[in-house]
Amino acid sequence: MEEIGHLFQGFQTVLEPYNILLMAIGVLLGVIIGVLPGLGGANGVAILLPLTFSMSPTSAIIMLTCIYWGALFGGAITSVLFNIPGEPWSVATTFDGYPMARKGQAAEALTAAFTSSFIGALFAVIIITLVAPQVARFALAFGPAEKFAVYFLAFCSFVGLSKEPPFKTIAAMMIGFALASIGLDMMTGQLRLTFGYTPLLSGVNFLIAVIGLFGIGEILLTMEEGLQFKGSAARIRARVVWQTWLEMPKYWATIIRSCFIGSWMGITPAGATPASFMSYGIAKRISKRGKHFGTGEVEGVIAPEVANNAAGTSALLPMLALGVPGSPTAAVLLGGLMIWGLQPGPMLFIEQKEFVWSLIASMYLGNLAGLIIVLTCVPLFAAILRIPFSIIAPVILVFCAIGAYSVNNSTFDVMLMMGFGVIGYLMKKCNYPMAPLVLAIVLGDKAEESFRQSILGSQGSLGVFFSNGLVGTIMTLGLIAAFWPLISRGLDVLRRGVAARA
Amino acid sequence: MLTSNRIRSVGAACLGGLLAMSALPAKAAWEPTRPVEFIIPAGTGGGADIMARTIQGIVAKHNLMKQPMVVINKSGGAGGEGFLDVKGSPGNPHKIIITLSNLFTTPLATGIPFNWKDLTPVAMLALDEFILWVNAEKPYKTVKEFIDAAKAANGTFKMSGTGSKQEDQIITEAIQKSANVKFIYIPERGGGAVATQLVGNHVDSTVNNPNEAVSHWRAGKVRPLCVFDGKPMPYKEVIADGKSWADIPTCKSQGLDMEYLMLRGIFMSPKATKEQVDYYIGLFQKVRETPEWQKLMADGAFNATFMTGADYTKWVADAEKTHVELMTAAGFLAK
Repeated sequence: MEEIGHLFQGFQTVLEPYNILLMAIGVLLGVIIGVLPGLGGANGVAILLPLTFSMSPTSAIIMLTCIYWGALFGGAITSVLFNIPGEPWSVATTFDGYPMARKGQAAEALTAAFTSSFIGALFAVIIITLVAPQVARFALAFGPAEKFAVYFLAFCSFVGLSKEPPFKTIAAMMIGFALASIGLDMMTGQLRLTFGYTPLLSGVNFLIAVIGLFGIGEILLTMEEGLQFKGSAARIRARVVWQTWLEMPKYWATIIRSCFIGSWMGITPAGATPASFMSYGIAKRISKRGKHFGTGEVEGVIAPEVANNAAGTSALLPMLALGVPGSPTAAVLLGGLMIWGLQPGPMLFIEQKEFVWSLIASMYLGNLAGLIIVLTCVPLFAAILRIPFSIIAPVILVFCAIGAYSVNNSTFDVMLMMGFGVIGYLMKKCNYPMAPLVLAIVLGDKAEESFRQSILGSQGSLGVFFSNGLVGTIMTLGLIAAFWPLISRGLDVLRRGVAARA
Repeated sequence: MLTSNRIRSVGAACLGGLLAMSALPAKAAWEPTRPVEFIIPAGTGGGADIMARTIQGIVAKHNLMKQPMVVINKSGGAGGEGFLDVKGSPGNPHKIIITLSNLFTTPLATGIPFNWKDLTPVAMLALDEFILWVNAEKPYKTVKEFIDAAKAANGTFKMSGTGSKQEDQIITEAIQKSANVKFIYIPERGGGAVATQLVGNHVDSTVNNPNEAVSHWRAGKVRPLCVFDGKPMPYKEVIADGKSWADIPTCKSQGLDMEYLMLRGIFMSPKATKEQVDYYIGLFQKVRETPEWQKLMADGAFNATFMTGADYTKWVADAEKTHVELMTAAGFLAK
């Protein structure tokens, strides 16, 4: 109960007018950062960090975390409207969000996305409030083998999902792995696949590939299909928000499942991107309407959005309690804490109670403020689709180019993005699925790293992946997920056999 | 035509006058005329990043520079991207870079076309310490007990560190040689992750910088055994179990013949003039006098040595020699 008392003190601090103002500014900036592809939350927070040096640490972290919440919300906007994920964790949102927009349901998709984001974040904050110390200890149990098991589970819950032939899926995934291995090999300190070409030193950034494949590829397709957005005919009404809310409780199972997946992935810390993919994959398998996923199902927007915000929020917990960031943005915030003279780690919760509980209180209020701000703007965002394609397409192209440039401040990346655009167009024309490619670029290098770390530690024995209960369970879950089509067919046969006998 | 010509000539005269006026104070001392790019050859959230962003904050807060300072991370290829960027901008005085040991290790290990002599040295800001840490649950309290346990484990002790063929692995190699033991070295992406692996008992020891492990030390999760410096650290404030940074013995006194300090220094673009270098030296001297900087030094238990000019260049040249020797011996050079 002592915690609740601290929390209310925290609310008191956050509700000072100055801090409320900072919160609103933070959320708005965050939404803008989330909308602009390339300028991710990590960059945004890093750029604004020095501005906060003259504030008290509490006010500073309120503003910066609100930028973070804003970015988590904002990432969904361009995913739904233009098939361009503003942030890596909103890629899975495009799978059903964009088809919904094309069906004229942009406002529904946005409302569902924002509300889901809020639910996910709220769940994660409640977890942080109630069980912070215990949860932090759970994160310590994750060594390289456990981390690899989590990535393995993410891959397995996603393969075999697409309607395309398995060989096309595998081909796309392998291209992704190859792209992910460009640049420095962290395990040996050697350069790979750079061919002595300097711009390739930093590898192929995931965002460049995504902006190109999805955004530019989509624009090329739209040009071919008659230069106009399919969703433009939709009428936008404010009532849509209420209607969508009434529909959402139907998906309570997906929401709860995604909350757990997200919080777990954020704490472990695998991060928001695999969480969103995994949650989408599992929802598609379990949902009754799973076959319709990818054609504009609300449930397919809810699942990844709940999970990515739950993960994004809970990623702050290992950062505060252990000093290990669960996401790139959390890494920048971690730097901020040190600059303000706060030492993140186990002692923070004991020595800096006021700060920690103000931060947690600001998580509640920041997310609420974020939800209100973005929901009131839903009709506005959805109305963007009414702008004629010939005007909006060049604007999108310019934003994509700026986004690609700002990832590494390199013009080479802009060219690369254009190249990916053409590849994206061709892949769509030839019916190659893009999601496995993207998943492989995002998680490929991390999975490789943790695999090699585990094998190094076990001196070559694969047994390390089943050496304790935790890693063994996750690996087994992964294997079940990978062979689920076979298993479910087997179960069907059994069931039919039983039915026939009866 | 006549009028327009006249206007043009008047304009030119005015412009000439302005140029002449602005040239007068410029002779006295060079000052940046554009925003200054501050390159970090490492990712966000790491030690160099924190230091650079603190400097940026100090410069802005105390109004030390008329032009803004823009911090840019160029971490690709173990920082090679950042070094090549500055090398590729000769005569641009608005570009400075903060360096860590990857100034030497990255070109040696990857073979990218870069050497620190390609840049203009400005100043050494500080030196970062390295400490040998073990999990506090483990019985060994001295270096000798730890080394004996590692020997008894027969090459299965795991040492974790940041990156591959970089400072942490170089120190590990040196420990192996000096004490005649063998470790399995497991690279991680950042110092924070390394420290957590130690707390979670996934590895047996680390050589984290002080600020990467201090919070776990204060929580009683890890134990420092020795510091890889020539003399004990000066910070006497008690941190944990009644011990301060100053109470940690040097590794040399404990029988591990190894000294290693990591450069936190500033370089600028090739072909910088003396006035330009002097300007930045003055700027960093002012930064060093602020309370924020002194707090950063104390919190991270830095070795706060400041060097400029020939001293600094000589230090860097010596450090390069040391790195070539250590990395050649360990077989870390690019083939």
